[in-house]
Amino acid sequence: MHIHFVDPYQTGQSPVHRLNPRAKLVLALGFILVTAAMPLGAWPVYVLLFSLTIATAVLAELRLGFLLRRSALALPFVLAAVTVIFTTPGTAWLKLPLGSWAISVTGAGVVRFLSIAIKSWLSVQAAILLAATTPFPDLLVAMRAVKIPRLLVAIFGLMWRYLFVLADEALRLLRAREARSAKLPTSPLTPPPQGRGMPLPWQGRGWGLGSLLWRGQVAGGMVGNLFLRSLERGERIYAAMAARGYDGEVRTLDTLQT
Amino acid sequence: MHHTIEVQNLSFQYPDGTAALRGVSFVIQPGEKVGLVGPNGAGKSTLMLHLNGILRGQGQVKVCGLPIEEQNLGRVRAAVGLVFQDADDQLFCPTVFDDVAFGPLYMGLPPDEVRRRTAEALAAVAMSGYVKRVSHHLSVGEKKRIAIATVLSMQPEILVLDEPSAGLDPRARRGLIRLLQELPQTMLIATHDLRLVAEVASRTLVMDAGQIVADGPTAEILYNAALLARHGLEMP
Repeated sequence: MHIHFVDPYQTGQSPVHRLNPRAKLVLALGFILVTAAMPLGAWPVYVLLFSLTIATAVLAELRLGFLLRRSALALPFVLAAVTVIFTTPGTAWLKLPLGSWAISVTGAGVVRFLSIAIKSWLSVQAAILLAATTPFPDLLVAMRAVKIPRLLVAIFGLMWRYLFVLADEALRLLRAREARSAKLPTSPLTPPPQGRGMPLPWQGRGWGLGSLLWRGQVAGGMVGNLFLRSLERGERIYAAMAARGYDGEVRTLDTLQT
Repeated sequence: MHHTIEVQNLSFQYPDGTAALRGVSFVIQPGEKVGLVGPNGAGKSTLMLHLNGILRGQGQVKVCGLPIEEQNLGRVRAAVGLVFQDADDQLFCPTVFDDVAFGPLYMGLPPDEVRRRTAEALAAVAMSGYVKRVSHHLSVGEKKRIAIATVLSMQPEILVLDEPSAGLDPRARRGLIRLLQELPQTMLIATHDLRLVAEVASRTLVMDAGQIVADGPTAEILYNAALLARHGLEMP
């Protein structure tokens, strides 16, 4: 079975699709830099930047739902900045006692957190727009054209190529686990039916089938397994590269697809 | 006129001590198509990795008259086209064009020559329309053909294939057999598919436990039921 949906590229013939990949890369990077440089709390500017991304999405004939759903990927990472709410000095909105100390939620902190969240979200949108309108091999050519080091670009290429292979392997491992996650109604490991009929995730005796602990343990094993498989595959890929004359230097013949 | 491959008394041990090859000797003449059969663990893949210098053991391996040494590795690898079992390991570039162009590019050829050879190699495997495609969206049969194209573009003297028909559906397998019959190169094909060997190879080597136990015309070897049974094989 194959994972096709991981590839963000959406085929199309819009003006954005037909724009030169180098121009698109520079524009996207420029947009992200500008967004990052904007001051905190500059709400009108954020609205303007957002309207730019929406306009580009419309011009590229992408579904807005696609853009918004994919950009929601930025939000979990933004949680890393959540402490900013409590540590920025300013007038306190509310105080939370914690033993003998008190941490306070400040107005300035909330403004800062929201600004970071919105700026991240906008940057991810720019990246998604770039990836959705440019075939990845063209992106690599564009990166080399703007003088990003060849070795780094080669690593990006290999990573993208084998991400799909890795995803397929992970899918197979997950399927194998599911196929072995059987539970008979009369098994002693099945928890007795509760009032509402749904057993809670941590029930089941100890390492019983379906318990969260068991699944966590199996998932850990699968990650380790995937890592080992990737290591060995890496050795085989290197052997294949050496067999075709790879000597450590990165050489390419740059041809654009579009 | 040199032998294409000349192996004399080759022995190899893995780092953990297991002997993978024990005194292997054989010669392959230009133009021959040779099948290499044997049970799993016989050392077929290990032997293949010795033919282009990826592994080095004790004994002598000569390719096109050149002994395998540091200074000859470039020419050896251009002369021996190794096609691996898992096509995904061999298609490591973003597009099909990049993969097929990799070999000639690293041989130091000028861009026009690289493009010409790429077009020729893809035409030889009947995959000319796939130039701009991305490797992971292809089927197993298509990937295997492209993998063969990636070594054909180096114009090697010999093609060494490891399990070429593994995982192919009957149609793709038939296409592959036809391709192997049509290609003019010398070939060494390691496989469990004895019917493929019967159709493509004029000579067969049988390997077991790191040694060559039989070497002769395909017709004799593949119809010697006792010999095959002794080494974990069955008549096709």
